[in-house]
Amino acid sequence: MSAEAATINTNGHEPSYLEYKGKHSGFLGWILSTDHKRIGILYLISLSFFFLVGVTFGFLMRLELIAPGRTIMDAQTYNSFFTLHGVIMIFLFVVPGIPAVFGNFFLPILIGAKDVAFPRINLMSWYLYVIGGLLAVVAILLPGGPADTGWTFYIPYAVRTNTNVMFALFAAFVLGFSSILTGLNFVTTVHRLKAPGMTWFKMPLSVWSFYATAWVQVLATPIIGITLLLVAVERWLGVGIFDPALGGDPVLYQHLFWIYSHPAVYIMILPAMGVVSEIIPVFARRTIFGYKFIAFSSIAIALFGSLVWAHHMFTVGMSETGQFVFSLLTMLVAIPSAIKVFNWVATLYKGSIDLATPLLFVLAFIFLFTIGGLTGVMQGILSIDIQVHDTSFIVAHFHYVMFGGTGFGFFAALHYWFPKMFGRMYNRKLAKTYFWLLFIGFNILYFPMFIMGWLGMPRRYYDYLPEFQSYHLISTIGSWILVSGLLLMIFNMYRSVKKGKIVTEKNIWGGETLEWQIDTPPIHENFLEIPVIETDPYQYKMNEEALEKEEVS
Amino acid sequence: MSLTEHTAGAHVHRDDVGSRMGMWLFLFTELILFGGMFLLYSVYRFQYADAFHIAAKELNTIMGAFNTAVLLTSSMTMALSIVAIQRDQKVLSLFLQVITIFLALFFLVNKYFEWTAKFHHGIYPGSEELLSKSSGEILFFGLYYVMTGLHGIHVIVGMFLIAVMARMTRNGTITRDNYVRLENAGLYWHLVDIIWIFLFPLFYLIT
Repeated sequence: MSAEAATINTNGHEPSYLEYKGKHSGFLGWILSTDHKRIGILYLISLSFFFLVGVTFGFLMRLELIAPGRTIMDAQTYNSFFTLHGVIMIFLFVVPGIPAVFGNFFLPILIGAKDVAFPRINLMSWYLYVIGGLLAVVAILLPGGPADTGWTFYIPYAVRTNTNVMFALFAAFVLGFSSILTGLNFVTTVHRLKAPGMTWFKMPLSVWSFYATAWVQVLATPIIGITLLLVAVERWLGVGIFDPALGGDPVLYQHLFWIYSHPAVYIMILPAMGVVSEIIPVFARRTIFGYKFIAFSSIAIALFGSLVWAHHMFTVGMSETGQFVFSLLTMLVAIPSAIKVFNWVATLYKGSIDLATPLLFVLAFIFLFTIGGLTGVMQGILSIDIQVHDTSFIVAHFHYVMFGGTGFGFFAALHYWFPKMFGRMYNRKLAKTYFWLLFIGFNILYFPMFIMGWLGMPRRYYDYLPEFQSYHLISTIGSWILVSGLLLMIFNMYRSVKKGKIVTEKNIWGGETLEWQIDTPPIHENFLEIPVIETDPYQYKMNEEALEKEEVS
Repeated sequence: MSLTEHTAGAHVHRDDVGSRMGMWLFLFTELILFGGMFLLYSVYRFQYADAFHIAAKELNTIMGAFNTAVLLTSSMTMALSIVAIQRDQKVLSLFLQVITIFLALFFLVNKYFEWTAKFHHGIYPGSEELLSKSSGEILFFGLYYVMTGLHGIHVIVGMFLIAVMARMTRNGTITRDNYVRLENAGLYWHLVDIIWIFLFPLFYLIT
């Protein structure tokens, strides 16, 4: 690299993390780096790869369903595709997603630290992630074919099928380990490395979400680890644990599975909520409404969310008391989620709104998450749940939460922090174009699933009655729009990393959190001097004072 | 500033409280990992109380009790090795760590004899002998092998961990002023011990 280019990118002093040369250089300097920012980028690259693989499976499934009967694949392939789509999207994209990429990159910066508490463990968790990901993908190429159990690995089918379930099980196990290590790292980082003066209530709200998420990762993930390990042992050695033929109880498996997998939903959504709380004040130029409510609602969601798992199993024959308790708790989770939504909207009220791409994605998040969340409350009602259980209504619901929520939250974070991460700007006009493609495509793809699910279209079915065809056709057309939006986004990001307009300003959005006070892109250890924090994270004093005056007059 | 080397920015970061906190968090995950299996145990024990009672008679209580004593002693030697390093008695600490490793090995040898004795009686997963028994007994032995097996793996990991600590003590990485690694290894070893303390009564003493 020429010295000239270096001076431009470094604002004239310390080299950025992208140019820093430590013990290793070039490719090794990346894959052996313990710098949290480089690890964040490693995650971004690997995550994008697996995301594309997951999208491909989803896209092909949708194409298969365009007409009843066989269209492009046989039933067995279809079963494998929905399994792989689920395993990859959940364990490799949505669960690690925002914490692994943006948490790694920005959590230390947001609390004024030079790195996470355990940088080497951080790198190790990325390696585990890649190993887990390859285990999941490699099974496609092996004889026997990829798993066809669905991502839930329900017993007894998971011990009987002849497909490569073992690979998928171990993939999920290893990925769980990676997730635990990230969580452990973040909890310790938040406790130990906050800059002087940064008290708990001066932390940016995304830090609260990452912190709450990290606890759930630490406390819930071991359960899925041991459960999947037991299924593997049962398959491999025939040890009697869950298999009813050996006296085991498959419903017990379902309990253990959902004790993790429901809290995992909050591992997925909480960081996205944190990102939203971060972006809204910046683009509305207002202090966040109800800081403490948002902070505590993250903790409340983590807490209540851990106690509602059995609402996935209302139809297995649970006691009425059990059904009642889990139904009630499910509805209670809606309260802290709604608190957040109301606070976000209240923050926007009377703000000077700048409709930049990150805010567009955030508004889409609020809209889609509200639909996903409210249909979730509907399913918490026992009578409705029994009607819609295992129909495409459920598929629509969790795609609205996981993709419309977490996915759009991820895109919002990407468009918000991209210039800080790479020191370059993406094409903003193109970004707005594909935002609309994504938003419209998303709704055309998933909304018909609500309707046909309500009418009785089962989920995971390869074939269907002709009366559902128009819905499936609309849905498949939606998938084309959505995928074209995704491709445009990836193209924009890829090109902008290399050729985007160079950004050297520290604070291009006018944010007030710490990442906007340091160099763009950040220097190797973020801060030359650790900052001393004296004020709350979101002040926007000028606007707030102007608004107050207006109110008085 | 030259772009080829930037050693100035690199700082040595040491935070003993942070390290210990990380270790405790990890131990929580271990407890929950085993917790999943204890949950299974309690449900099946409730469901098949009589069968569990009969199956437990097959286990050798004396050998189990002996192993419990071995593991408890090893926890003591581990704790003492930390005290020794705090008092700057390097050789003593090293000696105690090596004793801990040998006690762990002794535990595993015992466990090996216990398992092989069961195998000789035809009691192992998938065997005809076991499958001819009642569901409760199949589940009992399934859990017995899985839980003691996973515990055994933890013992092996612990042995390696303590071996690394012994090496670090010898070459002076672990010292009187910097012994948090040894402390964390000790915490891990006590976890291995405490899980066995629960396994022992649940499998051997319910006859």
